[in-house]
Parts: sequence; structure tokens; C-alpha cells
Amino acid sequence: MTNSELIGTDPGWIILVKGVLIFVICVVATLLSIWAERKIVARMQVRIGPNRAGKFGLLQSLADGVKLALKEDLIPKAADRIVFVIAPIISATACFMSFAVIPMTGKVRLFGHTTAMQLTDLPVGVLYILAIASIGVYGIVLAGWSSGSTYPLLGGLRSSAQVISYEVAMGLSLVAVFIYSGSMSTSSIIEAQNKWWFGVVLFPSFIIYVISMVGETNRAPFDLAEAEGELVGGFHTEYSSLKFALFFLAEYVNMVAVSSLATTLFLGGYHALPGLGFTESWLGGWFTMVWFLGKVSLFFFLFVWLRGTLPRLRYDQFMQFGWKVLIPVSLVWIMIVSTLRVMSQQGAPRVVVVAFTFGILLLVFSATSLVDKNKARIKAENRESLKNFPAPSFPVPSLPGKTLNGAEEING
Amino acid sequence: MADDFSIEKAVEQSVQIPEQSPSSFFTQLKGFWLTFVTMFQVKKVQTIQYPEEKALTAERFHGRHQLNRYDDGLEKCIGCELCAWACPADAILVEAGDNTPEAQYSPGERFGKVYQINYLRCIFCGLCIEACPTRALTMTNEYELAENNRGKLIFDKEDLLAPLRSGMLQPPHPMYPGTTDTSYYKGEVTGTHPSQEVK
Repeated sequence: MTNSELIGTDPGWIILVKGVLIFVICVVATLLSIWAERKIVARMQVRIGPNRAGKFGLLQSLADGVKLALKEDLIPKAADRIVFVIAPIISATACFMSFAVIPMTGKVRLFGHTTAMQLTDLPVGVLYILAIASIGVYGIVLAGWSSGSTYPLLGGLRSSAQVISYEVAMGLSLVAVFIYSGSMSTSSIIEAQNKWWFGVVLFPSFIIYVISMVGETNRAPFDLAEAEGELVGGFHTEYSSLKFALFFLAEYVNMVAVSSLATTLFLGGYHALPGLGFTESWLGGWFTMVWFLGKVSLFFFLFVWLRGTLPRLRYDQFMQFGWKVLIPVSLVWIMIVSTLRVMSQQGAPRVVVVAFTFGILLLVFSATSLVDKNKARIKAENRESLKNFPAPSFPVPSLPGKTLNGAEEING
Repeated sequence: MADDFSIEKAVEQSVQIPEQSPSSFFTQLKGFWLTFVTMFQVKKVQTIQYPEEKALTAERFHGRHQLNRYDDGLEKCIGCELCAWACPADAILVEAGDNTPEAQYSPGERFGKVYQINYLRCIFCGLCIEACPTRALTMTNEYELAENNRGKLIFDKEDLLAPLRSGMLQPPHPMYPGTTDTSYYKGEVTGTHPSQEVK
């Protein structure tokens, strides 16, 4: 039985229970991931990290949350009050919504009812997630705009430009998955990865998705929207108390959401690692959630690792990378994938497929070497033109061994 | 001679500037390896768990002041106010009092009756220590000078006085028989005499 069939017979109260469960999982995951991030980044920077509140500092994020909630809630005079209040709500709501279509387990028993840990199985589940992610941007833009202040506005604009640009690359990287699985529903994409994970088969798509998901969530090294050195705190500069906490929550839930999507689309979702499939039948359906969470935390670690290693990009570099590298590369990759797909569907002989692949590889290599040669040529030309540059008529600092009037330097 | 300045020669003589373009992908991977390895190097952690474990200060760190005693318990401070005059931050207040032969606080005629240091003003420059003629005032390595109240940061004489070590007598008491303040100053008094006990 597939997940969609399992879910289809759910009574209303089970749906409600699952909704609450998913919400709880998200919130707890946020608390834990903030703690984990601070701990891991600390160790990468030769520090210890939070270790005061609770065992190993596990309650640190809870304590921070309580502190935030008890703080004074400021609304600036210049702010648009209604939008200012709505913006964090939009942000926080949108990030939770994408979890509705993420399958967290296979077949499980929940209060005597056979079902799967997935709220609903839309036939266009992945598109739904992309749409929800775009709505989340509204929270950021509106927050920046309604604050009535310069830095938040700049941060909001940067953030929206960034998310929109990287969503294009992200959407394109997903197209290859759709072509291969023949579906946009999350559960059938997982089923389609029974033999091979798409992360292996469609490796370039996987890489592009991973890069764009970091851009999409405004995380380091792409955290230009809240570049502390330039924009104070970016779009949430003017926010305090619970409203700020909502943005904080949204950021981390978003990270978990894109990681879950990556798990679902490229790493076989809740299924066990290849060769460990027996764990699913031996330990029951709920154990699949362990696999799911394990894979998600792998991506989460990647987020933290990136933050601990890379410096922030400059805005123009970031945009250039998105539009001039990621998008063209994914377009070319989609062309290749779809050609191969059509070939295999129409029963093209293996020789043709292999020849096509080699041809593509040859093209790629020659293109890159051409680009390199061109770069080298431009550099040589620059050097050449510098040599023929006429001697300046204005006074210049003396060269080694010479004084300004051309006489030999005595002490030189 | 003008052609000696040609850019051509300058280019030939100039030192090659290393390539400014981003390093190759594999070079950048080294950074990821570094952070990953650092994560497991527990011994390298620089954090000091402050309230529980304290970092050692430098040997001659300028911390809280201390008013020292002679070996029989008499205070070294003679109330001369040189420290207060030396203080650039006006943090020290001294009022001298008179000793009597039966009840000496310090050897000689006078002692510091009131001695206050305001740690909200003190800049820990150590000029007071240099000014002190009897080495009564020195600095300790203690740096935990935080309070929730301004009044508590004005340290009185009782807060600043060095504790009585074994063999010392709580002043006031008479000076060691047959000595003058000069013998105290020269370090000739190395302990108490039974007659010094005030009955």
C-alpha cells in the first residue's frame, strides 16, 4: 500500500492528532537544532558553547525563548502597525505549512489506526512546498517594509531578491527529479527511489538543490539579508520580543523544511540506507522516522558546517553565482536528463545512449577549456598593454636604485 | 634619462602579485576539513569555565589594594596621605589619627584612621603604590570587583587590611619593647613580644 492510500482513509481526529504531532516535532526540532548549531559551531571555533541551562546546555534555547517572550514588545512610531504585526505571523505560518506533505514514516499504527506520518499527499506536493516557500518571502519583505527604517528595508529587499533568484535554480533542480520519478507527489517520489537514490542518479541536481536551499533559507554563506556588519540585523532589526522569536523560529523551521525536502527528493526519504532495509521490517514503521530524522540532521549539519567554514559572499558575487552559474547549469542538465529519458523510453540502443553521454562530456570539457583559454588570453593582453603604456609625465615614486631626478642613488 | 622611468621596466622589476581570483575548489575543501577536524580536538578548546575555574593573572597584575602589616600585627600605614595625593583619579581618602604609647595602631606617632578607596574611580595605575613610603599599600591579584550597589564599591580600611597571620596581634597594642619606628621600618621586628598583649 502506498502512503497516499494509507492516508486516504484517515478519520478527522487522526488528521488532527497528526497535525499536532508534526507541529510538536517542528518546534522541538527547532529548539534542539538551535542548541546543536551553537554547540557545533562552538567546537569548530575552539569554544564549548552553551553548557549552563540543563544537561549539556540542552535547555538553552528554551531559556532564550522564555527570555524573549518576557521582553518588552516595541513597535516603532514610523512602522505600519498592522503589517508590522502580520509579517512575522506570515513567516512562521508558512514555514510550518510545508511539513504537511513531507512523509516522515512509512506504514505505522497510531492509536490503533493504520496510517503514515504524513498529513496529506497532494499530487503536486513539491509544487505546493515551493509555493509556500514563496509566501514565506512575503513575511520578510513586509517586515522590512513595515518597519519604517532603512536597514530593515534594505535587508528585506536583499532577502526577497535572494530567495526569488535561488528559487528559480531550486525549481529547475527539481525538474530533473520530476522527469525521473514521473510524479510531483512526495510519497511517489520516495517510492521511485526504491532502487537508486536520486541524489546519486541526478547528482548535479542534488548539488544545485543543496546550494540553492542554503540561499533560499538565508543562511551563511548566503546570509546577506541579515549581514550584521552591513545591515545591523536586516529585516528583523526593529523587531523584539515574541515577534522576533517568530522570525527566529521561522528561520530554523525553514532549515528543517528544506532539509526534509532534500531528504525526500534525493536521499530516499524515510527509507533505510541501502543494505539496511531489514531494519524497516524488523523494527516496525515508527523506526523509519529515525532514518528520516537522521538524514535531515545530516543536512542540518551541512548547514552548520558551511556557517562555521565560509565567509559571507558579496551581494553581486552571490547574484552572479545564482543567475550566471546555477541557472544555466541546471538548464543544460535538464536538457541532458530529458534527452536521456526520452531515449530510454523509446528503447534507443545502449550504444546511442553511451555515445550521447560521451558527446556531452566532451562538450563540457571543451567548453571549460575554452573559457580558461579565453581568461588566459585576456590576462596576457592586459599585461601586454600595460607594457606599452607611455611613461607618465607626472612625478612618480622612484624605482629601486633610482632617485627622482634620475641620478644613481648613493645608499641604494 | 627619462626612459629609465618607463612602465615597461617597472613591470619587469615589480614583484608578481599572487593570483587574486578564488582558489580552486579542492583548495577550498581544505577549509572544510579544518573546521571538521577542529570539532574533535577537545584539548584545543580555549574556553575557561570562569566562575568555577579562574585564569591566572599576570604575576604583577594590578588588582585590589591591600594594607599590609608588620610581623607583630601593627599596620604599616602611617596616614601620610601620599597615596591620596598621588592618585590621578582622586579615588583615595585618608584621615590620620594619633597613636598613644599604650595603644599603637602603627609604629610611630600617626596611623591611618580612615582609609577608603573608591573602586568606581580607581584606574589601577599603581601610582599610589609607588608613592607609599612604608610599603603599606600594595596591590593584590584579585580582580573580582563587582557589586550591585555603588556604596559597596567604596572599600573601607577593614576591607583593605591584610588578615592577621599566626603570631600577629590585633592592634592597638604597644610597640615591641625597646624599638622605635625606624627598627620596624628596617625589618628588625620579626614577631610579637609577650608584653605587647594588652591586658
